[in-house]
Amino acid sequence: MDKKKQIEKKDISKAYSKYADRFTPKPKYFKNIIKAFVIGGALCAAAMWLENKFIASGNSQEDASAYVVIILIMAAQLLTGLGVFDTIAKHAGAGVIVPITGFANSMVAPALEYKKEGVVLGVGGKLFSLAGPVLVCGITSSILVGLIYLMLDKLGIG
Amino acid sequence: MDYVWAFIVGGAICVVGQILMDATKLTTPRVLVILVLSGVILQALQIYQPIVDLAGTGARVPLPGFGYNLAKGAIEGVPQGLLGVITGGVKAAAGGISIAIGWGYLMALIFNPKSVR
Repeated sequence: MDKKKQIEKKDISKAYSKYADRFTPKPKYFKNIIKAFVIGGALCAAAMWLENKFIASGNSQEDASAYVVIILIMAAQLLTGLGVFDTIAKHAGAGVIVPITGFANSMVAPALEYKKEGVVLGVGGKLFSLAGPVLVCGITSSILVGLIYLMLDKLGIG
Repeated sequence: MDYVWAFIVGGAICVVGQILMDATKLTTPRVLVILVLSGVILQALQIYQPIVDLAGTGARVPLPGFGYNLAKGAIEGVPQGLLGVITGGVKAAAGGISIAIGWGYLMALIFNPKSVR
């Protein structure tokens, strides 16, 4: 009896997702891809121009790279605060979300949204609601990679 | 020529992200996690370094570049032993992480949420 009910439920959810698909707007794949390519590419080229400026003024390549990342993050978060970033992202899509600017935006946006919950748990906590997974996965996997390399090194293979 | 490669590689990585967002039902944070992880894994296999050498910021500014930085730092910490491995990754990406937290907190405190125009 229970099994029958479960099957029925599954059928209903399947039928519903089919029904819902009919009304979900199809993304304009080609247009979105072109936009993402042009805007993402332009952002990276602009970052390179900035990096070259820093190198020209006597910074090492690594320092210049760090400065560029810092500037991009600050700019993206300022634009998020001003409410402009969402407008840009609506048009640029992955062009501004995949670069580090999207990561910066993903920290401030939820923090702003939950401001009413207070400055500690609201702003401070929600700062990591989207960026947390990125940091956790990135840092954990990087430690694992380092450990593997360390083991290979100790075994004399690396 | 450097700028052309930065444009092409940076744009191509963004296209991959756009396809992941449009064609699959993955939510944006999941796409970001996938991109960072792919950067870590590609650098672990030493595939990402040649791309960075070719494209510079075109490979370092998109999120896989963040993963690349973490993995590169951890690998470079190997000669210092276990502590080097644990601290290396975050040390390499410390500038970005710190400013994103500090400046982000400040921005969130100063501004109030606005609706999308």
